[in-house]
Amino acid sequence: MSQSEPTITLENTEGRTTRPSVAPRIRQDQRAQRVFFVITLLPVFLIVVVTIALFVRAWPILQAFPLTDLLFGTIWKPSEKMFGFGPFILGTLWVTVVGVGVAVPPCLLAAIYLAEYAHASTRSFTKPILDLLAAIPPVVYGVWGLLAIVPFVEDMLAPLAKRWLGGVPFLAVNQPTGFSILSGGIVLAVMIAPLVISVVYEIFLTVPNDLRHASLAVGSTQWQTIRNVVLPQVMPGIVAAVVLGASRAFGETIAVLIVVGNVPQVPTSIFDSAYPLPALIANNYGDMMSIPLYDSALMGAALVLLVVILIFNILSTLVLQRMLRRKWA
Amino acid sequence: MGMKKNYWQRRHLMELFMKTLMRISLAGAAASLGLILWTVVARGLPALTWDMVTQVPKGGFYMGKEGGVLNAIIGSLYLALGGTLLAMLFSLPIALYLKTYLGSSKWGQYVRLSLDVLWGIPSIVYGAFGFTIMIAIGMRASLLAGIIVLALVELPIMVRAMDEVIRRMPADLEQAALALGSTRFEVSMQVVTRQMLPGIMTAILLAFGRGIGDAASVLFTAGYTDRIVTSLMRPTASLPLAVFFQLGSPFPEVQQRGYASALILTIIVLAVSFGSRWLSSRLNKYTIK
Repeated sequence: MSQSEPTITLENTEGRTTRPSVAPRIRQDQRAQRVFFVITLLPVFLIVVVTIALFVRAWPILQAFPLTDLLFGTIWKPSEKMFGFGPFILGTLWVTVVGVGVAVPPCLLAAIYLAEYAHASTRSFTKPILDLLAAIPPVVYGVWGLLAIVPFVEDMLAPLAKRWLGGVPFLAVNQPTGFSILSGGIVLAVMIAPLVISVVYEIFLTVPNDLRHASLAVGSTQWQTIRNVVLPQVMPGIVAAVVLGASRAFGETIAVLIVVGNVPQVPTSIFDSAYPLPALIANNYGDMMSIPLYDSALMGAALVLLVVILIFNILSTLVLQRMLRRKWA
Repeated sequence: MGMKKNYWQRRHLMELFMKTLMRISLAGAAASLGLILWTVVARGLPALTWDMVTQVPKGGFYMGKEGGVLNAIIGSLYLALGGTLLAMLFSLPIALYLKTYLGSSKWGQYVRLSLDVLWGIPSIVYGAFGFTIMIAIGMRASLLAGIIVLALVELPIMVRAMDEVIRRMPADLEQAALALGSTRFEVSMQVVTRQMLPGIMTAILLAFGRGIGDAASVLFTAGYTDRIVTSLMRPTASLPLAVFFQLGSPFPEVQQRGYASALILTIIVLAVSFGSRWLSSRLNKYTIK
């Protein structure tokens, strides 16, 4: 077959519009790139601006009292110029630890099941459920906590603990109501569950199947494979997921505020009431302008929240980013 | 000499035990959604009257007299719509820039890191930040202030959700367009945006749902009023705060209406969630597979 000559025909070009010049399109592209670039700097910029703004507002209280007095002081009487964040910081820590403690074991198990055992149909059935759990507004979680969890703790868990666990530390029942750290923790656990489950699930998917196959081929059961082969690979990611969940719990405001009782005391048991930092800010924004230094103290509280959460978040996100991009030989 | 599997071996029992535990855990997570919805419906429905969604609070509303929370419903819709539109203006360029210009480069990672960090900042901190800015520039609590702060809350959610879907775009499509001589801007606007429209809509609705349910950020910035808001510069009621304030009332009738308000909020959020699912499956028909 003879090769036909490549021919360039010059006919038919008259009817066409001339090709537009490339230059304006490239200029448009470059302009867009500059605009997009500036907009993209916004998130980075925003973190810095939020931190600085809160720091500036909190500066008067930071100057008036030494930092250790503020963080570890236990007396909160704004009208008498006593601003000890101690009980509030401890309250936040208690609620967060209980929330994470309640959430982590079932979330890990659920995520492992989804990643390692579940049928595709189970996965596609579970995803919308987790999405909906994540979509429910905090205040609705608060209503649920108030109507279901507080009575449950008051009528079921507290009497049980009183009867059987009297001498166990952190489990003493010192007050009659269910408005407690445990109620706040249970509500928080459900709130952070979708996040923890989906992050852990994603990390499990990064482990290549060859590793699993190798282990199964020598006769391990599936659980042995998970425990001895997969888990060691994903451990840092799981820790990061838990820290991420903890930071979410740390800053949660409305849902916790509704069920935790809001008593400014140093808690000694999960059945005690507590008064977390976010609740302190939310409850007192109304009269903070009427007492000197009060607004500065509340913004200081917000700053404490922000700094702790920034540290938690940056560390866990760095670990997760690294794990999700991991290249396997 | 076929080896029979001995199911009474410790490791097989362990397998069964762990698998059962996992199933229970997953069922527990699913059941908690059911419990939440059931609680809100069972306690909210009896108090949910037509007046609740068509009336504003009348005199004595907060002592159990007549009225509804229309002011809060309208206020919340305005707040979330405004916040979502404002967040969208910034989110789409950021997501496109991440995809077409930065890709998975080092800078792309930095931007994603800062977005994840922003996502993690609790809304009460955004509220407090908005409040400090409002004091500094002498602005009062208003619809506009609420919209701006909600946009800050929604921005990272929206960009990350968009980024997740845009990243999944087939590389061939982009390369084909580039090979034909498109600029990256043209690829962004004419290929990526159209192909990924379903995902982008989902991201926007996700952020809208998050915005309409957020209470802690509007607490400081949007204020509260019994009237329907008519101006950007006036304070406005919002549904999450309506729930919150009514729960704190000593009057049982008012508390009941708090549950009903929570039900209204839940219905709106669920409608948005299902709506986005439906919309994205509809729009997905028009994308290149």
